[in-house]
Amino acid sequence: MADEQNSAGDETNRRDFLYLATGAFAAIGAANIAWPLIHQMNPDASVKALASIEVDLSAIETGQSITVTWRGKPVFIRRRTQGEIAEARTVADTDLPDPQNDAERVQKDEWLVMVGICTHLGCVPLGQAGDFNGWFCPCHGSHYDTSGRIRKGPAPKNLEIPSYEFVGDSRIKIG
Amino acid sequence: MSGESTYNPSNGFTKWMDSRLPILRLAHDSFIDYPTPKNLNYWWTFGGILTFCLVTQIITGIILAMHYTPHVDFAFNSVEHIMRNVNYGWLIRYIHANGASMFFLAVYIHIFRGLYYGSYKAPREVLWILGVIIYLLMMAAAFLGYVLPWGQMSLWGATVITNLFGAIPLIGENVAIWLWGGYSIDNPTLNRFFSLHYLIPFLIFGVVILHIWALHVPGNNNPVGISVKGKQDTVPFHPYYTVKDGFALTVFIILFAYFIFFAPNVLGHADNYIQANPLVTPAHIVPEWYLLPFYAILRAVPDKLGGVALMFGAILILFLLPWLDTSKVRSARYRPLFRQFYALLVLDCLLLGYLGAQPAEGIYIVLARIGTVYYFAHFLVVLPVLGIVEKPKAVPESISEPVLGAQPAE
Amino acid sequence: MMRFGIKAGLAAAIMAVGFSAAVSSPANAAGDAKHPAEMNWQFDGMFGTYDRNALRRGFQVYKEVCASCHSLNQIAFRNLSQEGGPEFSEAEVKAIAKEYLVEDGPDDYGDMFERDALPRDKFPSPYPNENAARAANGGAYPPDLSLITKARGGGADYIHALLSGYEEAPEGVEMRAGLYYNPYMAGGKIAMPVPLLEELVEYSDGTEATVEQMSMDVTHFLNWTAEPELEQRKSMGFMVLIYLTIFAGLMFFSMRKIWADLH
Repeated sequence: MADEQNSAGDETNRRDFLYLATGAFAAIGAANIAWPLIHQMNPDASVKALASIEVDLSAIETGQSITVTWRGKPVFIRRRTQGEIAEARTVADTDLPDPQNDAERVQKDEWLVMVGICTHLGCVPLGQAGDFNGWFCPCHGSHYDTSGRIRKGPAPKNLEIPSYEFVGDSRIKIG
Repeated sequence: MSGESTYNPSNGFTKWMDSRLPILRLAHDSFIDYPTPKNLNYWWTFGGILTFCLVTQIITGIILAMHYTPHVDFAFNSVEHIMRNVNYGWLIRYIHANGASMFFLAVYIHIFRGLYYGSYKAPREVLWILGVIIYLLMMAAAFLGYVLPWGQMSLWGATVITNLFGAIPLIGENVAIWLWGGYSIDNPTLNRFFSLHYLIPFLIFGVVILHIWALHVPGNNNPVGISVKGKQDTVPFHPYYTVKDGFALTVFIILFAYFIFFAPNVLGHADNYIQANPLVTPAHIVPEWYLLPFYAILRAVPDKLGGVALMFGAILILFLLPWLDTSKVRSARYRPLFRQFYALLVLDCLLLGYLGAQPAEGIYIVLARIGTVYYFAHFLVVLPVLGIVEKPKAVPESISEPVLGAQPAE
Repeated sequence: MMRFGIKAGLAAAIMAVGFSAAVSSPANAAGDAKHPAEMNWQFDGMFGTYDRNALRRGFQVYKEVCASCHSLNQIAFRNLSQEGGPEFSEAEVKAIAKEYLVEDGPDDYGDMFERDALPRDKFPSPYPNENAARAANGGAYPPDLSLITKARGGGADYIHALLSGYEEAPEGVEMRAGLYYNPYMAGGKIAMPVPLLEELVEYSDGTEATVEQMSMDVTHFLNWTAEPELEQRKSMGFMVLIYLTIFAGLMFFSMRKIWADLH
């Protein structure tokens, strides 16, 4: 009978819709449970509180560097001499494996702020060493110049400049 | 029932897999096409609920272990770090703490189902024994886990229980020192408790696999206690019982969610939010609610060693149950006299639980002694005698028989 | 039709909850301490939330009255600006932190030194360690307050009753020097002298600082220090229960459909 067949078809559709709705609802629930279980591994609030630090620069003399720890990594802060700044400004792009202007790497010419991790395999370079009067990484022989740019050796990129801002004349906030 | 496999791999991959490691076949035969008595009621949903509880505890436990520090100087603060700093840490911690209570609530219902319907009787004795082993492992895991937050109850509850081992004649003191790794509960103890607490759930998981295997050999018991006679008495596990277990599990989770979100500390003890102090003893040392009946039995006996013996005896006696109950009839549905004593047992266990939280003096001690005597008498005297003197009701011929015409198979 | 089984199951669950409530013995149940009055806190119940202004006033009471003896060592200054709490601004939190000194170091000479606190630091303790705290308080240790409302069986009701409930010792009760009478304390004798007196604090929002008001506010604040996640927990819980109820309904009707063909 056409009527019986129709109602049997309706029955199936209604039943399938119910199972579909139940399955969809279960999937929504599963996703909502899964997110906290995954997100808990992301940095927690106490780690995020250390995500930025403020550094007082007033005690640093010209030609002096300090190293601070930021997010567990060393950050070199150097008060450059006029000579070092001039050297950094007179380098041709062709001499730079990773071309970048010194002016792009500093906010105030005197103050060079860089993450002290070699971009090759992660060692901490030594300051005021190497062939370019900058930094030298003893692990595999990468040489960085007075702007922290890679000049010679296996490192592919210049030393990273973290995001920072001056909060006052002699105070910076990193991160 | 262990019979012929009905699995028929339909595509290239499943055929390939089946000829190399028939795990899909095993899953199909155990949880999809598995013939299950069609008259199971809601008391039978707790096995599935318990599996959910075990998996939940393992997942939340592994996550907590990513953030917890098992050292006496850092443990308490690391738990507060989880509660305050870790993303959703409060949620994961409350799930784990309340999950332990839900795990025991489910296991008690599951055990009492077995007691009522005679699920421990031949040929399911090994199934029952494996269950008691799981229960013992659960209690060990819970005891160890409760020490980890290093609150006052953690330290002092552990002190009381581990001191009991000192009651063992001759070697007792050395056993206690060996357990502690020192002369009292301190850092060595906490560290090893953390290791063992992480280990035991995986032991439980292994015994659960044996438990399910031991179930699938004879097949499930059912409310009338009559063996399955043929295909007319069963339905495939999927979709009939997957959906029923799923529904029951959802209702169970509603209760679980109520505790987690609206009463996360009501089942615990306020003193455990005070950092452990070996120089200050709390006014009342009590274990978590699910261990209270045993605590009552322990304190009912005036002699320390006697208390320990009876406390462990109360669990060990469960191993003997299949042989203590002499009745030929399985299900309490057809055993009116047994039902009355069963009700007494349930009330006795609730009473002992209540008494475990009271001070061990006066009327409380008197009642605890009566309760302990009844508990052992129930298993050692009542059950053996009942099987002989009881006149059971007429037992139906088959599963299908009492269901036809009466109630819908739910 | 509900079988006996389902009804018994519900009964068992309700018994378990009631039984557990009966056996959870409060930390101060020893002896016959006066039972604290039941309060209606804004943070009670399924839809409880914190009153920001009460939290801020309570923080002021803690800072000016309690902090001289009681540490708050689970709370960092930055917690004061997070959602669900007093919600001070970042600038306000920086300013609050600057009022405190914390130990840091060692410096390049190997010495420890003091510096202004930053938002990421925790509240410093009034005493360097427990022994110093006991020595300064006649042998009694003023407990840390971060978790106090969870660490006492009576919860916030008890803390409020205790703080505002000091009385003259009854006839014949001897109070030795250094102990004060408080009927809510187990045993009646507490080493803390009356902490709150009328107008002890001048509220920055102008609210009248009665003993009752200060006690309610600081209790409100201490409930937040113990349960900073409360608002998120309850709102999430409500959504979860709605979801589960709908899902249970879907599962129930799916189950009925699947089982329908059995007869």
